[in-house]
Amino acid sequence: MARVWLFGPDVNTDQIVPGRYAPYMLKDESELRRYPFIEHRPDFAPNVRPGDIIVAGKNFGCGSSREYAPLALRMVGIGAIIAPLFARIFFRNALNLGIPCFTADLTKELADGDEVELDLEQGRITTADGRVIHLPPPPLFLREVWAAGGIVPFYRQYGRFPGEVGQ
Amino acid sequence: MPTMSEQILSRVAGRPVRAGDVVTANVDLVMVHDSLAPGIIRILHNELGADRVWDAQRVAVVIDHVAPAASVQTAEKQQEVRRWVRAQGIPNLFDVGRGISHPVLVEEGLAQPGMLILGSDSHSTAYGCIGAFGTGMGSTDIALALATGKTWLRVPETIVVRAHGTFGFGVGPKDLALRAARILRADGATYAAIEWHGVEHLSVMERMTLATLSIEMGAKAGIVPPTGLSVTGPLVPTVDADAQYQKVVDIDLSQLEPQISAPHYVDNVVDLSDLGQVAVDVVYLGTCTNGHYEDMAVAAQILAGRRLAPGVRMIVVPASAQALQRAASDGTLATLLAAGATIGTPGCGACIGRHMGVLAPGEVCVFTGNRNFRGRMGSPEAQIYLASPAVAAATALTGYLTDPRTVMDRSPAVAH
Repeated sequence: MARVWLFGPDVNTDQIVPGRYAPYMLKDESELRRYPFIEHRPDFAPNVRPGDIIVAGKNFGCGSSREYAPLALRMVGIGAIIAPLFARIFFRNALNLGIPCFTADLTKELADGDEVELDLEQGRITTADGRVIHLPPPPLFLREVWAAGGIVPFYRQYGRFPGEVGQ
Repeated sequence: MPTMSEQILSRVAGRPVRAGDVVTANVDLVMVHDSLAPGIIRILHNELGADRVWDAQRVAVVIDHVAPAASVQTAEKQQEVRRWVRAQGIPNLFDVGRGISHPVLVEEGLAQPGMLILGSDSHSTAYGCIGAFGTGMGSTDIALALATGKTWLRVPETIVVRAHGTFGFGVGPKDLALRAARILRADGATYAAIEWHGVEHLSVMERMTLATLSIEMGAKAGIVPPTGLSVTGPLVPTVDADAQYQKVVDIDLSQLEPQISAPHYVDNVVDLSDLGQVAVDVVYLGTCTNGHYEDMAVAAQILAGRRLAPGVRMIVVPASAQALQRAASDGTLATLLAAGATIGTPGCGACIGRHMGVLAPGEVCVFTGNRNFRGRMGSPEAQIYLASPAVAAATALTGYLTDPRTVMDRSPAVAH
């Protein structure tokens, strides 16, 4: 089972990892795993488990281009992020790092602390009381990048960028 | 007929493209800064297995985010970046004190109209000030561009912010940009580009104020048509009368009041006159948004012959060495110093909360920058109000958020 971590709208990358906790500022860069939401939600990093999902309001990840924000979330094993709208740079960074992001508003349907089962293949969430929520399927070129494990493995495998087919 | 984004992306994709197309494009220039360079270098060499950047002439490296170094760690990482730049034969390294990447690349003539410019910094929309398609990307995208000279992106729809008339006394480009954020909100231009029309009376760096704040509405690019500028490039984008826009926002400059972005979201914008009395500890003038010569000059005109209010600190961090030199040569700098302001090394300063004026819990700062997120400049218990340089200087005189029109001489020289 995965725990739901619920966040509001307009969560910015300074809230995910403040600039003062960037790898640039650290003696040991692996410390980054201790810092997601260090100030915005201090109970997150010590309690998050691999496979847990973030459910957020609109404009998740707005602000800075810092890839260490989604990288910190990957380091703690976030299984997916679901929000009705993602900030563009964050979405690309998460895609590039192989973190599945689904565009859907589940902030009313799921509550913080809910235990759910996430089926990435089927794009389906099953709640503890048996409700099934279908996630809208992302476009093919995004699914291909996730399937490869991120943009670097995708590029190494195919020697091209996503969406380049047939051009 | 095409938008400016479509004109530029058609050039770099090598075929006519339209909003919604996903394209692979040739990149004209890649900017990397000290904060993310070590990680980008690691991805380039270790993950992508590339020994060399695709074209050293088309790469610019700028040490601006923690400049000069604030710790042994940052000093070591900067040393690593300098060694890498030498080993790669990259001619364009702009080291400590040269300034913030965005104004520097424009001043150096590296950023040109019609280019596709990628930066490892979200405010790379700045390059729209001279009619380039500038956009920020994360470390992996930047490393891929360094390895291949290419990137992929979806051609954005375009939202036009159309300014009418001219600014009233004491009101300027920052007020226009904050007004746009108030209307479009923080996500209103997500996945789209913003074109700023009706602003050809502004200087290049005043246009940069608009271009940098475009990302705060979620925009992929923020482009000002390079009308009236003596700049050349691979393509001079023009406003096409028949271009298809997603939305047009009209703003009458003559009716604009000083705008304030109150804590802790950039789109939390109000008229200054609607705020009660807000006591301020720190006035911070700087950043790629409003640390330009023009911004220091506006502040100096307000502060000339006067002193900061007791208990107020005013920190000025010029956006570039050129801006600082110009301010030093015409007396602007002397005026600011005489009023009691202090000057930091040109660069990003405390905008990322790492050095040169980090805020303590409970402190209130009026900031000419672009983000007032909680914790952005230091303590998450500090309060950041975004404002124009004129509001910042007026506030420095009184110690509370102040309408510049109440402390300014109505001389025609103080247009904004």
